[in-house]
Amino acid sequence: MIINSRFFNRSELTGFIVLALLLIIILPLTLDVFRLNLVAKYLTYAFVGIGLVICWGYGGILSLGQGVFFGLGGYCMAMFLKLEASSVANTKIQSTPGIPDFMDWNQITSLPFFWKPFHSLSFTLAAIILVPGIFAFIIGTAMFKRRVGGVYFAIITQAIAAILTILIVGQQGYTGGINGITDLRTLHGWDIRTNHAKVVLYFVEVVFLFACIIGAQFIRLTKLGRILVAMREQEDRVRFSGYSVANFKIFSFCAAAIFAAIGGAFFTLEVGFMSPSFVGIVPSIEMVIYTAVGGRMSIFGAVWGSLLVNFAKTSLSESFPQLWLFGLGALFIAVVLAFPGGLAGIWQDHVQPWIDGWIASRRIKSGNWADKSVADGAAAE
Amino acid sequence: MFGDYSISDLSSIFVMQGFAGLILFSVFVLMALGLAIIFGQMGVINMAHGEFMILGAYMTWLTSNFFQAYLPSLFSGYFFVAMILAFIASGLLGMLVEWALIRHLYKRPLDTLLATWGLSLMLQQTYRSVFGAREVGVDLPEWMMGSWQATDTIQIPINGMFVMVLTILITIAVAYILYWSSWGKQVRAVVQNRTMAGAVGINTEKVDRYTFALGCGIAGIAGSAFTMIGSTGPTSGQLYIVDTFLVVVFGGAASLLGTIASAFTISQARSTLEFFLSGSMAQVITLLAVVGILMLRPQGLFALKVRK
Repeated sequence: MIINSRFFNRSELTGFIVLALLLIIILPLTLDVFRLNLVAKYLTYAFVGIGLVICWGYGGILSLGQGVFFGLGGYCMAMFLKLEASSVANTKIQSTPGIPDFMDWNQITSLPFFWKPFHSLSFTLAAIILVPGIFAFIIGTAMFKRRVGGVYFAIITQAIAAILTILIVGQQGYTGGINGITDLRTLHGWDIRTNHAKVVLYFVEVVFLFACIIGAQFIRLTKLGRILVAMREQEDRVRFSGYSVANFKIFSFCAAAIFAAIGGAFFTLEVGFMSPSFVGIVPSIEMVIYTAVGGRMSIFGAVWGSLLVNFAKTSLSESFPQLWLFGLGALFIAVVLAFPGGLAGIWQDHVQPWIDGWIASRRIKSGNWADKSVADGAAAE
Repeated sequence: MFGDYSISDLSSIFVMQGFAGLILFSVFVLMALGLAIIFGQMGVINMAHGEFMILGAYMTWLTSNFFQAYLPSLFSGYFFVAMILAFIASGLLGMLVEWALIRHLYKRPLDTLLATWGLSLMLQQTYRSVFGAREVGVDLPEWMMGSWQATDTIQIPINGMFVMVLTILITIAVAYILYWSSWGKQVRAVVQNRTMAGAVGINTEKVDRYTFALGCGIAGIAGSAFTMIGSTGPTSGQLYIVDTFLVVVFGGAASLLGTIASAFTISQARSTLEFFLSGSMAQVITLLAVVGILMLRPQGLFALKVRK
């Protein structure tokens, strides 16, 4: 805690304020509801990105299965909303009223046991955090206690993403299959499809996002964050110093899973459905690239990365559908080869020194002693 | 699930599903051999391996079309030409990729994973632009169709046997190249100690390039075999990449024998289960079992004992 006595240093504070201005004031004032809803959708990936910064950037654990946790969070939320949408009154025409429509289509006549608790909102909210958290804990314990790491961990998490997708698609009667859980209407009686609801949800999401940013910053600044970095650089030395490396890894993996799950739950609310196409290998690895583009070491970078890559994806795939995959592929290669620090790295290495130099030169030009001492103080930080 | 079948029925089912699994096994082995060489020997995670395989499949398709149009009399032998062309095309592309991309990333295995994933997206889009988004199928020559009636209840497809023989031959060739040829000795020397290998006069960069090309070329042959079990589309390769990586990891990354054993176990388990359960559940159960075993035994089935 000696190195960073303040919660945000100067440039991070600037980053925080700029992001807050953009998300809370500029975007809601300038965009129509449809575009604002798109931004809200992009921001759900920022939650995943923040988790990946902690787990991958700091902990050095590359998880290619974040879609699993995103999906679990999203499906928990979707199950609650679906049950509310399929009340007996709404589903009179089905052969078994009161169960979700896709179950009725698949000749299931009673609600499966694992759907029943999702009638309760408080259970659902707990499940959004706990189900992915516990799942990540089990995977993490099994792997890290046996010192599986690096490439092997990445491949196994990818396999888990594949397994979950195949399972969801295959068990159509219980999960809605390839179409996912659709036609969601109300949250505790409040219609989430209206424009007003979308704006409200956007602001709730932004508040949660800033809470997550502060939470991640807290992890980063405490001793825990320093151990994570040490572990990434020299795992054996940390182990020999008496720390339990596995437990720290499990913690950061679980934290990333929970962040992703919150993002997934918001995704369901914003977009109005959840499907396996946000769970599998491809979306999981795309989430990693959002983080890599933004900067795997920077929490704000991850948010910017999610916004910009998704914005590029939407606009490119709207106008030049063939170009999008080329662009995304080139982005992967460019990020890895040319700028591993991502946008945040470019900012820190090129833009920040330039701004600092500009500020310093302004201060020296104004020329009195009092100002100079302030400039010195700033440089010493 | 076994209740409705008699013992003799069951044994026939197992034998037939076993042979049906052989083509899957062959594709797995050929894909995994390439990956095992690249991953086990060079430490590079090649996520674009599926796309190298699909390149081979497209080459096979082009060759079969060419033979049908211009050399119909020689059509029965086109497959051998196609295999060689597939090997050359994928190998050349592999060499190019190694030169342009992989050689900058040898010290960062996780980054090779991301970069080759990007490459795979670009290749997919290229295939889509060049060959179209529709999946294409290859016509088999007459002598490969049909099946051999072993007993009253057991039928074995001929193309399955052909592909298996081919796989065995290629595996032997790869083992020979890696373990007995002087080039293989150079490869292994570079893997064990790059600096020393360079000091005794081995051109390590050249060895890297040819190793990568060999792995990709074998993937191309896998693509030729793949045309017999499925139709070829721009994204077909992606479906196999995770399974293949599991095969390699499950077998123990640096061990060719382990790769073959694990490919056999996984493909046979899947094809046998597929008869009794739905295809997706068979895949889920097999993958879960593999992940479970890997958690108990992270080094894989046949791990080499090495000091770190």
